[in-house]
Amino acid sequence: MIVKMVLLAVCGFSAGVLGGMGMGGGALLIPALTIFFGVDQIGAQAVNLVAFIPMAVVSLIIHLKNKRVKTQGLLWVILPALFCSLSGSFFALSISGTLLKRLFGAFLVILALFQLFGNKIEEFFQNKKVNNHSQKI
Amino acid sequence: MGDSVKEKAYMAITGALTGLANGFFGGGGGMVVVPLMIYLLKMKTKSAHATALAVILPITLISALVYFFSGKFDFKIGVPSLVGVVGGGILGAWLLGKLSANWLTKIFSLVMLIAGVKALVL
Repeated sequence: MIVKMVLLAVCGFSAGVLGGMGMGGGALLIPALTIFFGVDQIGAQAVNLVAFIPMAVVSLIIHLKNKRVKTQGLLWVILPALFCSLSGSFFALSISGTLLKRLFGAFLVILALFQLFGNKIEEFFQNKKVNNHSQKI
Repeated sequence: MGDSVKEKAYMAITGALTGLANGFFGGGGGMVVVPLMIYLLKMKTKSAHATALAVILPITLISALVYFFSGKFDFKIGVPSLVGVVGGGILGAWLLGKLSANWLTKIFSLVMLIAGVKALVL
């Protein structure tokens, strides 16, 4: 029992380091919980959501103090996000655990590919911008 | 971010996609909202990262409540993980800027890819 708790804390710690560096620790914590600890997909998602909150509160306060948050018009993002987040949560709770796991797998693969090739995508957009700019001149 | 109808629509789309992903997958909202804020809403990377939190925190809170009251949060698993995540988060925030994250991102992406394929097919 104690060994399992320590291992869980180590697992959380690794995900936390990535999360603190802004790399989305949840993408590591959720599969780690399902693969190594036999937690079901929805249970792992519940843990990830709750575990994210304390760090996010502290980080957000620091960012607000440093005036890095663009609050102008932000409700236009937050309100649809809240509505869809509620819908998404109830949807996840209503489908089978296996289907949820498969869809989560697809989501991870897409995110990983974006992270691996994100720089190339960025370069593509920047080149496009430069080309548009030179065309205008 | 401005006031035109088109920009408001872009903001609403950004919010909707982020909320849907974060609620349905129990996380990952940051990895959706940051690129959308940069490419769709034309925000600078630094303010996108900070502003993303102001979006993800409220939606994570509301989703966490839904999962929690549906009895999906197991304290025996959740509490030790949470303690680890907070500790790791402090170290990660401290390491940020001190350490080149480039190779770490590559390794992390590969782990994600493997975990993703495993969840998808096994």
